[in-house]
Amino acid sequence: MSSFFSQEIPISWYLLLSAVLFSLGVAGFLIKRNLITVFMSIELMLNAVNLSFVTFAHQWHAVKGQIFVLFVMVVAAAEAAVGLAIIIAVFRARATLAVDRIDLMKL
Amino acid sequence: MHLILFFVFAGFCVAGAINLLLQSHPISSALSLIVVMTSLAVLYLLLGAEFLAAAQVIVYAGAIMVLFTFVVMLLNAGREERTMGSRTARKVGFPAVVAILAVIATVILRAQGLGVAGLRDGITSTTDLSKVLFTELLLPFEVTSVLILIAILGAVALASHGDGNPHGNRDPYGNPERTAGK
Repeated sequence: MSSFFSQEIPISWYLLLSAVLFSLGVAGFLIKRNLITVFMSIELMLNAVNLSFVTFAHQWHAVKGQIFVLFVMVVAAAEAAVGLAIIIAVFRARATLAVDRIDLMKL
Repeated sequence: MHLILFFVFAGFCVAGAINLLLQSHPISSALSLIVVMTSLAVLYLLLGAEFLAAAQVIVYAGAIMVLFTFVVMLLNAGREERTMGSRTARKVGFPAVVAILAVIATVILRAQGLGVAGLRDGITSTTDLSKVLFTELLLPFEVTSVLILIAILGAVALASHGDGNPHGNRDPYGNPERTAGK
């Protein structure tokens, strides 16, 4: 039993989890019909990629992988701010959040 | 202990992501995304990335998701109507998703030389991280601060009265005198 508790986890399980989360993010991007939820699916995909970055940083003992995740977080924060501002602008112009009804590039 | 923590929080991650897909109300989706992100923070701790675990909770589960829930409440986003996507999305998209997952899983499972993750040797302290970040990667770090500044300016310009539209007042809620982008 003590060997069970000290057991280590194969790296590939983390990578599989990351792949599953990424695929769920892609599926959410396709399924969801609300603009904000589509945006959340993109965040989910970013998180999945971050997990594989951290996993590989652990595997190769590389600090730069983790720093890359930090930069991804910064870019994701900037992206969320700009994206939500765009969503607010679209909602003002169209008064809807359904992606089926937002089908023109023009505001 | 390690294994149990991994399974519990990986389960939380996948369950939260599936719940994000299944919920029809955006606020429920946002809450499940918070579950995913906080569980990912625990997984980062298991991988020895202590600073990133804290940053994940503060930046993602804190700041970004607060922004999301704020916008959901501001726009009063209701229940979405479920049209299950267009026909193209169903015919091409979902097989493509399954194909992506299959390809990635095959590559991962066939890869040689992937080790195991234990906490014994792989803890990256914040000191190690900051030593590299503030010496070798100082320029990219400073450039991201410029990026953040530009993003703030862009967000303010987009969400303000003028909508960044210099040609006038198509904004139904804006003040017509003040819509010239200023």
